[in-house]
Amino acid sequence: MTQATRNILIVGVGGQGTLMTSRILARVAVNMGYDVKATEVHGMAQRGGSVISEVRYGEKIYSPVIKKGDVDVLLAFEKLEAARWIPYLKPGGKVIINDVRVDPLPVMTGKAKYPDDIAQHIAELVPDTTIVDATDMAAECGSAKAANVVLVGMLAGALGIPGDEVEKAVAEMVPAKALETNIKAYRRGVELCK
Amino acid sequence: MKQLMSGNEGIARGAYEAGVTVAAAYPGTPSTEVVSNLADYAGVYSEWSPNEKVALEVAMGASFGGARSLAAMKHVGVNVAADPLFTFAYTGVNGGCVVVSADDPGMHSSQNEQDNRGYGIFAKLPVVEPSDSQEAKDFTRLAFDISERFDCPVMLRVTTRLCHSQSLVELGDVPERPLMEYKKNSQKYVMLPVNARPRHVAVEKRMAELREYAEQTPLNRIEWGDRRLGIITTGIVYQYLKEVMSEVSILKLGLTNPLPEQMIRDFSAQVERLVVLEELEPVIETQIKAWGIAVEGKDLFSNIGEYSPELIEARLLDKTLPAAPVLQRDIPPRPPLLCPGCPHRGVFNTLRTMRVAVIGDIGCYTLGALPPLDAMDTMVDMGASIGNALGIQKARGEEFARRSVAVIGDSTFIHSGITGLIDIVYNQGQTTVIILDNDTTAMTGHQEHPATGRTIKGETTRRLDLEALCRAIGIQHIQVVDPLQLDLLKQTIKTELERPEPSVIIARRPCALLVKEPVRVRYYVDEEICNGCRLCIRLGCTGIHWKEEDKVAQFNPDNCISCGLCPQVCKFDAIKTVEE
Repeated sequence: MTQATRNILIVGVGGQGTLMTSRILARVAVNMGYDVKATEVHGMAQRGGSVISEVRYGEKIYSPVIKKGDVDVLLAFEKLEAARWIPYLKPGGKVIINDVRVDPLPVMTGKAKYPDDIAQHIAELVPDTTIVDATDMAAECGSAKAANVVLVGMLAGALGIPGDEVEKAVAEMVPAKALETNIKAYRRGVELCK
Repeated sequence: MKQLMSGNEGIARGAYEAGVTVAAAYPGTPSTEVVSNLADYAGVYSEWSPNEKVALEVAMGASFGGARSLAAMKHVGVNVAADPLFTFAYTGVNGGCVVVSADDPGMHSSQNEQDNRGYGIFAKLPVVEPSDSQEAKDFTRLAFDISERFDCPVMLRVTTRLCHSQSLVELGDVPERPLMEYKKNSQKYVMLPVNARPRHVAVEKRMAELREYAEQTPLNRIEWGDRRLGIITTGIVYQYLKEVMSEVSILKLGLTNPLPEQMIRDFSAQVERLVVLEELEPVIETQIKAWGIAVEGKDLFSNIGEYSPELIEARLLDKTLPAAPVLQRDIPPRPPLLCPGCPHRGVFNTLRTMRVAVIGDIGCYTLGALPPLDAMDTMVDMGASIGNALGIQKARGEEFARRSVAVIGDSTFIHSGITGLIDIVYNQGQTTVIILDNDTTAMTGHQEHPATGRTIKGETTRRLDLEALCRAIGIQHIQVVDPLQLDLLKQTIKTELERPEPSVIIARRPCALLVKEPVRVRYYVDEEICNGCRLCIRLGCTGIHWKEEDKVAQFNPDNCISCGLCPQVCKFDAIKTVEE
């Protein structure tokens, strides 16, 4: 097994499910036999602030923290958070943006402006950018609640992870009655980023 | 099969494998998950203690009783537990005891970034520092052996990045471990001066033995590489170093107090240039310099904040980062904020409009200090609000006392606010203390505490009665109010502030994340009436935002849980209920 180290940065807003996603990815990488390290920010940041988690896998991983400028795939659950972490992207890296806007406090109170075209602006700067409305897509598959699974699918597609590995992990984490919808949502995600 | 574990899970597993049967902690980021994980292992008595001092005393008692025991706390928690800790170093142990100190370089969730390796030197304790989850488990296990072999508690010093990073762990066996025999030994355990004097001699002898042990322990090792550069490092920084400079010679220290002087001398003699990589204070570097060895460290790196792989690359390899795409947009920050429906919001909004000085404390509610609520004057340490409020009122007099309050959470009050309240009554203060009782320790992830009436395992226990406690202390005026009923809340605060006697207001409502009430009504802003005064916006709630185009407020139905605060603050009745 030879595999260059893959560095994945997952960002969003507290409560969006970024941690769940990074844990699925880390578990899948372990099941595939890789060395894996992951790190996440707890505490103060959970209260509606920015949240980030980092997952690294490959033959041998030392640092759980990704070096700035070394991110292979940036998965953003929210547009503004994508922008915040663009400087961490590797030249030629991939960005996946969930087309969701969550106003931070300074915007809600009118002290700052939300850059409306931020996703398109990122796409202009980073050639390998995919923008998706995961909630819409999940709704098409049967339930808007499966939005995060669409994003997991996109991540798996971008990283070239074999589908059955992730589907096993998804099956372990969602209730049985929601499984079919989730697998459908997952596969739609994979298709988007193949 | 190896398992993915966080550093804290690794510590818990290591303690379990070492045969720990008693574990105690007060929750504190980044240490909380050590004991919450231990509570899930069969045969381990675990508890949330009222504070870190009690937690350590429980672990110490268990050790005296012959059990292997553990106390875990964040770095500032060790300050609270420092009194027992220093003398525990004198008494030594019976069953092995490990004290976990989880430091927070970068202050992700703390009020300072003190380096607790200093406690190792100060209290004369061995300090063990792992660098990943496997080592967290293995070193914890070994720390118990060290504790019993050298008859002393051992400090396991970890940092946020280690606690909250996951890596693969090979689990070990769990041998049967009977209790050590308990024999009364007052000369060892009763620290009267007559006994403490010979114990200090024993402590110094132990330190000498530990210095010898440091030269041989598997915790310290050399990885020879290119000898033009030799790096001495410890903890998570070792991993950052290996990531960017795996070819250099490395002396990796797992035991950082006491240091292996001879090993370091030999290492330094065989490398052209010697650099110490350690986050925060130059604890290792200063000792090496004192031995007359040329070494670099804090002249290259700051003692402020976390290290990172790119920082090491920049300082030691002169490498610059590849050019990143430059965004042509301003990216507004995303600060943390109180949740929609948070019971604290009503209190801080009321205090802000009343223009009183708010002497604050530590918890979620410290977010009340941030704009737009902007309603806190001071916040220093756990329980400080009450003593601080008495002090500021004694300094500035009665008039000031009528315009200032202490604000403290339920868990924080139990942690170390009670003695402050006793002081107010005893020394005839007139402070008004508001206890924000949300029935949990919310900030660290909803841990139980004595006033929730549930243990760490969720079992029902006798509930601490806050009103009865305050009454017993001698508080004559105790009011319980719902913090979402703003008129009553304001009137109560006003009444109690005017009283020339101490009073306690318990603002009681469970954390909105804990008790999710069904959304009963839906609100909307009547844009004909809304005049854009922004009083509702100043609540700082994600349920309502400012609509710049129309200069009015607007609801975010996805976030609003209809707690009913904003209709109460609107002076123009512009917030209306959607009729079904």
